[in-house]
Amino acid sequence: MPTPKAKKQKNMRSSGRTAPELIFGNLWNFDPAPETADPKVKATYDLFIDGKWTQAKSKKRFDSINPANEKKIAEIALAGPLDVNLAYLAAGRAQKSWARTPGKERAKYLYRIARLLQDRAREFAVAETLDGGKPIKESRDFDIPMAAAHFFYHAGWADKLQYVAAGKTLEPLGVVGQVIPWNFPLLMLAWKLAPALATGNCVVIKPAETTSITALKFAEILQDAGLPPGVVNIVTGAGETGSAVIAHSLAAKVAFTGSTEVGKKIMRSLAGTDKKMTLELGGKAANIIFEDASLDQAVEGIVNGIFFNQGHVCCAGSRLLVQESVAELVISKLRTRIRMLKVGDPMDKNTDIGAINSLSQLTKIKRLVASGIKEGAKLYQPECVLPKQGYYFRPTLFTGVTQSHRVAREEIFGPVLSVLTFRTVDEAIEKANNTVYGLSAGVWTDKGARILKMAAELKAGVVWANTFNKFDPSSPFGGYKESGFGREGGRQGLLDYANLV
Amino acid sequence: MKRLLITKTPKVYVGGAFIRSESGRVFAMKDADGNFFANIPQCTRKDLRNAVEAAAKAGPSWAKRTPYNRGQIIYRLAEMIEARSLELAEAITLGSTKKSLVTAARNEVAASVDRLVYYAGWADKLEQVLGNVNPVAAPYFNFTMTEPMGIVGLIASQEASLLGLISLIAPAIVAGNTVVASASELNPYPAVVLGEMLATSDLPGGVVNLLTGFHRELVPTFATHAHLRAVIAEATADERKTLALGAAETVKRIHTFKAEDNINWYSDSFESVYRIQDTLEYKTVWHPIGA
Repeated sequence: MPTPKAKKQKNMRSSGRTAPELIFGNLWNFDPAPETADPKVKATYDLFIDGKWTQAKSKKRFDSINPANEKKIAEIALAGPLDVNLAYLAAGRAQKSWARTPGKERAKYLYRIARLLQDRAREFAVAETLDGGKPIKESRDFDIPMAAAHFFYHAGWADKLQYVAAGKTLEPLGVVGQVIPWNFPLLMLAWKLAPALATGNCVVIKPAETTSITALKFAEILQDAGLPPGVVNIVTGAGETGSAVIAHSLAAKVAFTGSTEVGKKIMRSLAGTDKKMTLELGGKAANIIFEDASLDQAVEGIVNGIFFNQGHVCCAGSRLLVQESVAELVISKLRTRIRMLKVGDPMDKNTDIGAINSLSQLTKIKRLVASGIKEGAKLYQPECVLPKQGYYFRPTLFTGVTQSHRVAREEIFGPVLSVLTFRTVDEAIEKANNTVYGLSAGVWTDKGARILKMAAELKAGVVWANTFNKFDPSSPFGGYKESGFGREGGRQGLLDYANLV
Repeated sequence: MKRLLITKTPKVYVGGAFIRSESGRVFAMKDADGNFFANIPQCTRKDLRNAVEAAAKAGPSWAKRTPYNRGQIIYRLAEMIEARSLELAEAITLGSTKKSLVTAARNEVAASVDRLVYYAGWADKLEQVLGNVNPVAAPYFNFTMTEPMGIVGLIASQEASLLGLISLIAPAIVAGNTVVASASELNPYPAVVLGEMLATSDLPGGVVNLLTGFHRELVPTFATHAHLRAVIAEATADERKTLALGAAETVKRIHTFKAEDNINWYSDSFESVYRIQDTLEYKTVWHPIGA
């Protein structure tokens, strides 16, 4: 790493800007610290239908690849419409008695599931990282514990449904079809299953084709928990399988998390039907830094906001809005901080940024970054060494971004941050809201009153003040505008899985 | 000599003003006896877009008023209607003196007034019922509150020309949305008279915008207009599909009531905080706790 010239450092200090940067070069490298727990992944997986492992009718399988080294992990059954139909029939058979099962008893199953997942947390964390490429410290400290927490939280609702909506009680919808993304595979499964089961629905769920393994391992937990057959059915495959899940006539409701593009396709495909829908789609969140914010804390928040999970986060803080008076300082601190990020083997406990989930996602990120350069934004990437095998992308900072740039408008879903500036509160609000998306936003300021004003003005379903990317089972999550509709988590999340009667 | 009556030129209430359709088009309406009654504006897509613009202008300040104030204004609207209820009942029957029709119309006006009063009362209570604090496992004061979606499109009942319209307007505006509503095409006249009452209530211009015309001309634009964040509609199967397809363009929220179900607009289900919820977004805020 290059050392800044001493003269420049002095200038920066005298102008009240950033303190000299301590660069130790390569004096201390991290030793490798690989996580070695056994993920207990089988060589082949079938579909989980009616409580049993079931071969796909077509006998076709697809490979699940480790994006960190492009090696095959397992062969997974490819579900076609016939298999999806069987899954729905099983769910339909199970649904009546599941809905009649007293809430107290349904709760016990969910509590069991939460506990069994906690028991096997390390194993699941390793499997998640192996399959999806996210750093082990994230799957270990965030994905898996949070997934268990979702089951634990919703378990407690199952026998308290008369308290969810004032003056009403909740009745299950029936069978629910769910299609989930690859960025938080097990966590998204938990977000979808826990409220659906707590309210007495049965489920046909399809994990993303690049990240099916933890969903299939989760089926083992369902078996161990003694969940009645058919209550949860897991079908694996890509877009065509997903379409079959969405289209099936037995689905009373469809829940989808993924891109806005696919969300719109789903809306069109369901036009003219009576199916209920919740969509959790894309985002282009503004992370707004005011001059009075604690800037070091804000820089940590910015880094967490955009580089968490390689930026594969729908609510990622991908548009940084910095007040002009501190923009130079924040950007300089940010560059220094980004240089410290460890990019590489996801299974290494020190890794900050792991592998991009798939080749197609890597291609998309590269394409959008190229457009940023072409449209005149200034690129910064640290000079880190990337592994030779696998899909990796350097943490990327674009400065000089304008609102019309593609990197400021389109969801990149990668470790790419676009920096814009503003002068006044009103300008910050206007720029932050100048997007078709409305999933989340961040505000950094020392003023409580300003936090609450910004929170009121920002058109986003979740607003984080002096923090970013915080989640909790009790905290509803979901978007405004083209970021979708419906909420997941909290009391409000249950409303989307029930009829009010 | 018998004095010749001054007949009223029906105009629709948009942006706080009484307008004709920009197209200059009208359609003739007959009274209960089958005689010519009046020419009703046949509003166009352009009128709808203008109305959305008016609603957009009125939106921010309406949403920023205190809930107490919004509640009082909606209550005031009920007062205005109650005082002129006979006129509205006649608008519903279109001059018919048939006793059963007259009674039904008076009941409909009474129910409409009661509905407004019901929703007026929700203004400063709905947040207490729908929002809440979330006990997150971290040092944050985390709360979920409601926010109006913005501009809501309403496609009113064909049959219940007043009650069906009021039942959609009231829950949408009480929380701070502004609306553009398409009135019953079978009998648009009560919507015209309602506009005159809206104008004399304290409701700011542009909060409620009423259009008359043909649903087949207006529904596609309701479906696709990007600034309408939601559409609440009584709709036929075809209209529901049109709305759903158009909504996909901008991920619009759609709530429909099936026209073929012979909806009972007097039903309790139309007096519910969850009808208000249909026009709200939930926003969750994480506020740090600490020195």
